[in-house]
Amino acid sequence: MKINKIIDLIEGKIVEGEHYFEENITRIFASDLMSDVLTIKTEEPLLLITGLSNLQTIRTCEMSDIKAIIFVRGKKSTEDMRKLAAENDMILIETPFSMYRTSGILYNAGILPLY
Amino acid sequence: MDFEYQIEGGDFTNAGATSSAVKKILKQLGVNPEIIKRTVVALYEAEVNIVAHAYRGSIIVNLEDHKISIKLIDEGPGIEDIEKAMEQGYSTASQKVREMGFGAGMGFSNMKTNTDSLIVNSSPGIGTTVEIINYF
Repeated sequence: MKINKIIDLIEGKIVEGEHYFEENITRIFASDLMSDVLTIKTEEPLLLITGLSNLQTIRTCEMSDIKAIIFVRGKKSTEDMRKLAAENDMILIETPFSMYRTSGILYNAGILPLY
Repeated sequence: MDFEYQIEGGDFTNAGATSSAVKKILKQLGVNPEIIKRTVVALYEAEVNIVAHAYRGSIIVNLEDHKISIKLIDEGPGIEDIEKAMEQGYSTASQKVREMGFGAGMGFSNMKTNTDSLIVNSSPGIGTTVEIINYF
């Protein structure tokens, strides 16, 4: 599913990587535990849904080759986070919805889970 | 080729900067993406461990034609019981580390999964040395 469609569904906003709105995402993982995110194994374009908003969230996604992050419950990214995300060609999205609601909507819309 | 980096304990702003630099070097050298991912995930876990537990440390990366070996040497409290530290779910991480999304006791087992060889040595009260080796 294209990023712009994902944003519509979750009433989200792109805060970094606007030019990647046509990027296609095939799988999603949801976690606040970065140690768990680091165990992921996939070669498909992956998106992370998380409530953890700090620099290590971006670093973890950089190491794990995760293309896009959705921050739930109105969690804001900082300028440092956006800068690091931009260096790594990542997309950052913020949504007011909860992790459960965001996951449910995107699962129902047909994006596959990772496990 | 040898590269050396310095790490400050408690500096969460820069935690991962070395792993990021190594990832860029491996990419430039055209190393297989799967090997890159395995190596940098293991390195990042080990780098976060230095920031989370030690006072300071250095990371020495040695690159050969078909092998990458990374030595992480820290000055810190060390590990009393390495076998226990390797157990999944065991962690002595502070609340601050947990707030960063780590400290679930998954680091060492994930390092093991992502390396061809992992050697951990520690002297309590002095520090810890971790060596990661991957072949490609």
